[in-house]
Amino acid sequence: MKPPRFQYCAPQILDDALALLERQGGEAKILAGGQSLVPLLNMRLAAPAYLIDINRLSELNYIQPEDEYLAIGATVRQSQVERSALVQERHPLLIEVIRHIGHMQIRNRGTVVGSIVHADPAAELPTLLACLDGSVLLQHNGGERLLKADAFFRGYLETALEPQEMAVEVHFPWVDARAGWAFMEFARRSGDYALVGAAAVLTPGEDGTCRQAQLAYSGVAGAPVRARDVENLLVGSTLDERTLDEAAQLARAVVSEDMSDIHATAEYRRVLVAELTRRVLQRAWTRRRG
Amino acid sequence: MATRWFGAPVQRLEDPRLLRGKGTYVDDIDLPGMLHAAILRSTQARARIVSIDASAARALPGVSLVLTAEDLGNVLEPSPLLVPHAALTHPRTQLPLARDEVHYVGEAVAMVVAESRYLAEDALDLIDVDYEPLPVVHSLDIARAPDAPLVHADVPGNVAAHLVQQVGNPDEVFASAPHVIEETFLIDRGAAMPMECRGIVANWDPFEEMLTCWISTQGPIPIRNGLAAIFGLPEHKVRVVAPDVGGGFGTKIMMFYPEEILTPFAARKLGRPVKWIEDRREHFISANQERSQFHEVAYAFDDQGILLAVRDRFWHDTGAYTPYGIIVPIITACTLPGPYRLRHYASEFTVLYTNKVPVSPYRGAGRPHAVFVMERIIDRIAGELHLDRLEVRSRNFIAPDEFPWDVGLVYQDGGPTKYDSGNYQAGLEKLKGLLDYDHFREKQEAARQEGRYLGLGIGCYVEGTGIGPYEGAKVSVESDGRVYAATGVTTQGQAHATTLAQIVAEQLGVDIHDVMVTTGDTQAFHWGVGTYASRAATVAGSAMYLAAVKVREKAKQIAAELFEASPDDIELANGKVFVRDSPQKALTLGQVAISANPLRYSYGENARKLMNMKLAGPRPGPALPADRGGPGLEASEFYSPQHGSFASGIHGAIIEVDPATGMVRFLKYAAVHDCGRVINPTIVEGQVHGGVAQGIGGAFFERLVYDTEGQLMNASFMDYLLPTAAEVPPILVDHVETPSPLSPLGVKGAGEAGVIPVPALFASALDDALAPFGLRIREMPLHPCRLHELLREARERQRS
Amino acid sequence: MMQNEEETLAFTEECEIAVTVNGQRYERRVPVRLLLSDFLRHDLRLTGTHVGCEHGVCGCCTVLLNGEAVRSCLMFAVQADNLFLTTIEGMAGTQSELHPIQQAFMEKHGLQCGFCTPGIIMSVHALLHEHPDPSEEEIREGLSGNICRCTGYQNIVEAVKLAAERLRAGRQEVE
Repeated sequence: MKPPRFQYCAPQILDDALALLERQGGEAKILAGGQSLVPLLNMRLAAPAYLIDINRLSELNYIQPEDEYLAIGATVRQSQVERSALVQERHPLLIEVIRHIGHMQIRNRGTVVGSIVHADPAAELPTLLACLDGSVLLQHNGGERLLKADAFFRGYLETALEPQEMAVEVHFPWVDARAGWAFMEFARRSGDYALVGAAAVLTPGEDGTCRQAQLAYSGVAGAPVRARDVENLLVGSTLDERTLDEAAQLARAVVSEDMSDIHATAEYRRVLVAELTRRVLQRAWTRRRG
Repeated sequence: MATRWFGAPVQRLEDPRLLRGKGTYVDDIDLPGMLHAAILRSTQARARIVSIDASAARALPGVSLVLTAEDLGNVLEPSPLLVPHAALTHPRTQLPLARDEVHYVGEAVAMVVAESRYLAEDALDLIDVDYEPLPVVHSLDIARAPDAPLVHADVPGNVAAHLVQQVGNPDEVFASAPHVIEETFLIDRGAAMPMECRGIVANWDPFEEMLTCWISTQGPIPIRNGLAAIFGLPEHKVRVVAPDVGGGFGTKIMMFYPEEILTPFAARKLGRPVKWIEDRREHFISANQERSQFHEVAYAFDDQGILLAVRDRFWHDTGAYTPYGIIVPIITACTLPGPYRLRHYASEFTVLYTNKVPVSPYRGAGRPHAVFVMERIIDRIAGELHLDRLEVRSRNFIAPDEFPWDVGLVYQDGGPTKYDSGNYQAGLEKLKGLLDYDHFREKQEAARQEGRYLGLGIGCYVEGTGIGPYEGAKVSVESDGRVYAATGVTTQGQAHATTLAQIVAEQLGVDIHDVMVTTGDTQAFHWGVGTYASRAATVAGSAMYLAAVKVREKAKQIAAELFEASPDDIELANGKVFVRDSPQKALTLGQVAISANPLRYSYGENARKLMNMKLAGPRPGPALPADRGGPGLEASEFYSPQHGSFASGIHGAIIEVDPATGMVRFLKYAAVHDCGRVINPTIVEGQVHGGVAQGIGGAFFERLVYDTEGQLMNASFMDYLLPTAAEVPPILVDHVETPSPLSPLGVKGAGEAGVIPVPALFASALDDALAPFGLRIREMPLHPCRLHELLREARERQRS
Repeated sequence: MMQNEEETLAFTEECEIAVTVNGQRYERRVPVRLLLSDFLRHDLRLTGTHVGCEHGVCGCCTVLLNGEAVRSCLMFAVQADNLFLTTIEGMAGTQSELHPIQQAFMEKHGLQCGFCTPGIIMSVHALLHEHPDPSEEEIREGLSGNICRCTGYQNIVEAVKLAAERLRAGRQEVE
């Protein structure tokens, strides 16, 4: 399976990349890690006329802690984040999520931003971004805009990214020091895309109950889903057995009816979501401090 | 006399080369001026080809040739029917390129040859085929329905074959049996998926007028003979070589795949070497598949759990063609009785065409299906009577003193299904030990108290191996003392170069590193069939043994003459041939080889030393006596088994199931295996490990999913799930050794064993784990979603 | 990339690249769509790296890029410009001795048909570099990006354990 013909350029500075994008617009695709794009090219399921390779844009290779969030540039590899002492210390949830992505060979090339932009509903990073209310910084020649996760993810492999735009940075908000967090998924094999996955952050209040709950799912719809109903249910509770039961049942509704494929029917996904909800909430709650 | 090589776990001779990346697989072959081919494949499961417009493809710069059916001349004929059978009344084989109609998604419609594979694929995109879709036969159910569309217009009811066989008097027995149960079982499609896809490089040498093809195949000799016939060439002017092959598992014993004909055709037409390498996407839709059958079974048993009679009626999905005849269902029918005393057995099968990739053997070749059915039967009998599952098996086992045991059916080789030797109870005892069987119930109960569901599953089988028709081998000692051996079988990881070298080295008293074995090159040896059906070690090994023995006897005879001793006093060891008790009377094996050739012009150390030795002078009579068997230390021998020999095994596993999700993991896996005498235990164990992994894949991860249009929905490794190291448990292996009385070496086949009982034992373990819910698994493969569904249904049945 | 400075913003279909593989520098002109796996195998004739799927799952094509295990079927040759690759041919080099990992695979019967083996050896090399003392579970997880159809992984795991032990001992000797 050999890729179709395309024109190629590997700019060395961001402005050049944006200029190229502007010129070629809808006919160009950004090549970052390639772990999602190149299989599509090899199978001839995608045939962009132009490929803009951003791997030489060293100016986008940063892991930058800001006040409210961790900023990661577009050419940062998933394995880079995995090995970063800073991230291990300050954003362990992100580390836990990345460890679930594929295999080391994938993570050595795949980029964090690339996974976000590819927006596979079964992927782990988009789900984390949705859970944390993170953002994506999109730039085009002459401007930029910052989109929150819920505005960025539109559907199956579809985002709000415009043809002349490039995602240059992604923001993962910090998790409160007292919060418990967890990411879990059900997958057929080690490293597979999840059948369903869930990211949970539970912040305890002074009185020991749950003050804030953030819960997002992968593999349940075209885009990651924030389970607001379940979150509301959890707030004010101590995540006792009865609450967990209720949460598990309520969470089933996040599964979209059209999410049936050869590995899992929609109904089975609901079963998994219920089970996963219980487990991820339990684990997150156990990890809380204070 | 202690053996030095035979039975020893020697390290493989192949490894240094392969570990350094110096293997030569077919895509590694690069010839000057070589062009690259790509195949246009049908996108429709069943359609009329209205027109093909390849003009744009032909005009693309860099494209040398575009072939459609009408360009093939008299090469356009159906490929050979490899194994005819009287019951196969409506066989159909494929044309090298489809003409008029396509019968499965993936069928070859056109071939492009270009400067590079990249360009060739570009050209494929430019070929315009106008298809008129026809109703698709996308499943066995559709195929056998009364008004089913026809895969082949002239094959009524889509029935390729129908075979009824009977042993004893089942009807009578059913009529009077204390217990009779009827059940259905479904096994669905899977595929071997070797890591190396198919491929061929074809080269026509105009100076030698010789066609050479390197093919990733398990059967070069038949292919060479077929190509000679197709192209009107003398057989000795066609050479087919299987270089290093990256796995076969049966997929590559299927022969006269279209590309194996088209590529040499193109090479001859263009006068340039042509290479075609299959990619994985193509492999999913054009390399043969297997496993699909539906069984309706009735079985009778008594209060002691003795199986009295079985009636098995099954439908076998052969896909769009029957290139390999009806071998797979025949094997299923013959394998079903297993290690049990089954005296009354009615077997009926119908082979049906479907609009899917054709079916030919995949490791196991019909045995996993039979074992699934029989082992499910035995488990159910035990369950109904509240008897221990192993106890029921023991009660039904054929005892060691009951061999040879004639099952009463005709096997795939046309001979009787006659078990030569075995000791099934011994295997069962070993398995119990490995699994700590006697303590399992307590552990299971304790786990259930904690809300965990553990299950123990069993699967036992008897496997026909080592069938004919025959294989041959040539052993030849050269003047430097190195031994060259060749045989017609091929290698795809079984280390024949090592195991066969062990046999030769044992006989000739040399180090195995001085034995070079060539397999799969028709120029080195052109009689025989190939590697399949777990037969290479038995059949080719036996031939190799016989040839080595002959060379040994010759060496003794020559040395005896030279030393004026009796041949009985001559020994071969450490590369030398000497008189026992007079070690100073010794020659190297190479010197004996030189002496064996009356033409004494020989170079080298050995020849010079020989000249200086005081040996018996020439005796009167011809330089090459008639009873010498020819010049040189060389011999060819052939071995044709009376009939197949029957290996056996019993596997067991402990699993844990999560009823909430249907997810399963293996906690323990043990395999006890009997393949007669073992040439190299490490290699046999490796084969068992690999088979078990494929079995686990076929039980819980791999399933080919076709939609109602006959489209394969998971034609990639992303969605056809091969188990990784994280999914396959550690595998304990132990052996029972009941030598086969049939072959000189006493070996039986081992290649397929690992995979055979796995679906059965997986079902057995699931039923055991989920017994509280009354689950009864009757289908394979499974996946968590389906298991969860079955469990829910079982629970609902329980409630009502 | 060795392009004309004035043309840095131009799209091309061919590039001149310089890639260092196993310590040797190669300069070639390649089509931009040429996969790195094909470049290594057919342009450089380093056929030890194999192609099993071309969609990034089987791992047969694994090579080391600047020391990290990557799938060469998911990269274009042009992306390797000015970078350092190690393939299976670079493991033992021209020495008559095998690399400890290769040696361990031979002793433990860790290969059968050999097709997945180079990719596995490269992955193991990377794995043991990061985890010199891996548990069985870590080994199996670490191998899960490489599919083997012949061995059932059993002996591969044993080979990795042996290799890890020897590499650790070797390092201790040096220290």
